[in-house]
Amino acid sequence: MAPSSWSRCSSSPGACSGCGETPYLKLFTQLFGGRATVANATGCSSIYGGNLPTTPWSSNKYGRGPAWSNSLFEDNAEFGLGLRLAADLHTATARRRLEALRPELGDATVDAILQAPQQYESELSQQRARVDALKALLDTMTGPLVEDLRSVADHLLRRSVWIVGGDGWAYDIGSAGVDHVLASGRNVNILVLDTEVYSNTGGQASKSTPLGAVAKFAASGKVTGKKDVAMQAIAYGNVYVARVAMGADPQQTLTAFREAEAYDGPSLILAYSHCIAHGIDMSKGLDQQYAAVNSGHWPLMRYNPVRRMADHNPFLLDSPRPRIPLRDYRAKELRFRMLMNSDPETAERLLSYGQEAVNRRWAEYEEMAMRGAERFAADARK
Amino acid sequence: MFLDTDYLGLRLRNPLVASAGPISQTVSGVQSLADGGVGAVVLYSLFEEQLTQAAERDAFLEEAYADSFAEATSYFPARDTADAGVAASYLSLVERSAAAIDVPLIASLNGSSLGSWVHFARSLQDAGAAAIECNIYFVPGDLTLSGAVVEQRHVDIVSAVKQAVSIPVAVKLSPHFSSIGHLASRLVEAGADGLVMFNRFLQPDVTIEPIAVVPGVTLSHRVDSLVPRTWIAALRNHLNASLAATSGVEDYTDVVRYLLAGADVVMTTSSLVRHGAGYSAKLLDGLQAWMTRTGHDSVDGFRGMLAVPTDAESNAYQRAGYVAALEKAKSIYGSLV
Repeated sequence: MAPSSWSRCSSSPGACSGCGETPYLKLFTQLFGGRATVANATGCSSIYGGNLPTTPWSSNKYGRGPAWSNSLFEDNAEFGLGLRLAADLHTATARRRLEALRPELGDATVDAILQAPQQYESELSQQRARVDALKALLDTMTGPLVEDLRSVADHLLRRSVWIVGGDGWAYDIGSAGVDHVLASGRNVNILVLDTEVYSNTGGQASKSTPLGAVAKFAASGKVTGKKDVAMQAIAYGNVYVARVAMGADPQQTLTAFREAEAYDGPSLILAYSHCIAHGIDMSKGLDQQYAAVNSGHWPLMRYNPVRRMADHNPFLLDSPRPRIPLRDYRAKELRFRMLMNSDPETAERLLSYGQEAVNRRWAEYEEMAMRGAERFAADARK
Repeated sequence: MFLDTDYLGLRLRNPLVASAGPISQTVSGVQSLADGGVGAVVLYSLFEEQLTQAAERDAFLEEAYADSFAEATSYFPARDTADAGVAASYLSLVERSAAAIDVPLIASLNGSSLGSWVHFARSLQDAGAAAIECNIYFVPGDLTLSGAVVEQRHVDIVSAVKQAVSIPVAVKLSPHFSSIGHLASRLVEAGADGLVMFNRFLQPDVTIEPIAVVPGVTLSHRVDSLVPRTWIAALRNHLNASLAATSGVEDYTDVVRYLLAGADVVMTTSSLVRHGAGYSAKLLDGLQAWMTRTGHDSVDGFRGMLAVPTDAESNAYQRAGYVAALEKAKSIYGSLV
């Protein structure tokens, strides 16, 4: 694991104490930060991520860290895709220029770099050493071709592009862009820090807000269900999808991040992020994540197209069957209790629908987890 | 056969009342109690601590991050301050339960101090409660606190609740006072329309493996009826207030005993928890069968037959309290217990 390229603080400067989002950012930057490019949608993460003059985005002891930029709610996915295309263009340019310098650099150096696999961290580490050696070699050389190659040599190491934002972006305002980018087939990682509400602007309901929750614009309890973005993405067949909750299963979270990053195609990670807008004791945020999973509100799953290519079932249900009633999870959060207090009858009715939805979705997921591979779409790109 | 009974100025169809307990936590539970045939239902107790702590907790969670970031001044929609957690839930339960049953619904407040919760009694009245039962559950742990202060606290609470409502107020008492008769008189003077005798204090228990203190929650047994029945017999003819007996009802014979001692109504939770809400029908059947066998056609006709008579010597109370009174009663009517 690479040294941290995220602040050592448990939560970043400017984030709420006990924020449920920042651990995911810390995790992915620790894993991939030295070669990451981040497109950050407007929202909490763009505020505490760019709370200038301070910023939690930092470099490791080798001086490497993520390149970060913030875009708008409505175009962040496309913005991130553009960063991917730019990185790919730089890589193609670098490879061409490397080939052009083959006589001066030698076959061994050029072939080692051009033919190197770059899927896993061990391979990437070796490639980084090769690129560093190349740059050292270029420092001993002169000429226009050398200068051209030096300007893009870092792109001979695979860039890890992360498109990051909250549910207000991914489910609502930027949803068309997210869908467009997922359908592009390009190698990007979309991380949705899902607080199930517009957190930064003060708790407005999003399409991720659960049925029965009280939020601004849903003061009488939200009467539509939470959108299952995971299932939407799975429908494409070639999108890696994971739903994670670090407080419930940190190992599954880690596995999902690594698989998503290694997958040569679009990845979508939906990360449960407890929030002040849930009305909980923020020191118990991870416990509440555990309850969310235990109640079936947030079933952990992964959809890995790589498994489909190997004729395995790509749908993995990672959490156990719900073990506590949805009521027990909801009773601990003010966003649900407010309705129980103000309109118990409606709260009971919506809770009942919510429990039915949990049961129904679990049955569907369980059935999917037991299917044969042939019942899932194959990746037509390969 | 007439079972109808006056309690707190309310006319009940019979003297059996479901006391505050777990069955009345839902509307359907309250309905099952009423359907079982009881004359009134006392809702489960809303605790002072629940009122204050839940409201404080939710208010804290709601406001903890308000105005802490430039982008938003709050994180929850504005709400009516009356939507104060368990308070609103309890009020809703009172409202829905009172509408759902055809017998009086008595709301129960459990507290031990004067505070805003006292004024909540008014909200209970507005929600449809026919009466309020104040369960003053106070365990004095302060060694410097005198008995007089404890008694005054009870009187003050009753006065405050009475000022807040126009519906009847009953007081559920502890049996642990130096002079229960005197305190009872003071509470009636302060406005109590009735006394519920007695509250069972759920003292913690101890387990030895593992060594631990555990909550002592138990259902009552017949033996628990001795103290309340004795005091009801002693006070029946000396107080101008309703008397409710509670604790230790196992079958209809306990109902009869309490009525003979002078109880206006007999409350039970333990037997209903043990046998189901429908058990009240069996208790009432047993009561009526006994009345038939003994030639009583109304509850009023035999209520208080074994109570201490009005003209019993007051010296007896001063000399040895209720034990002497019982001896006196025994010499006239035979054993009360």
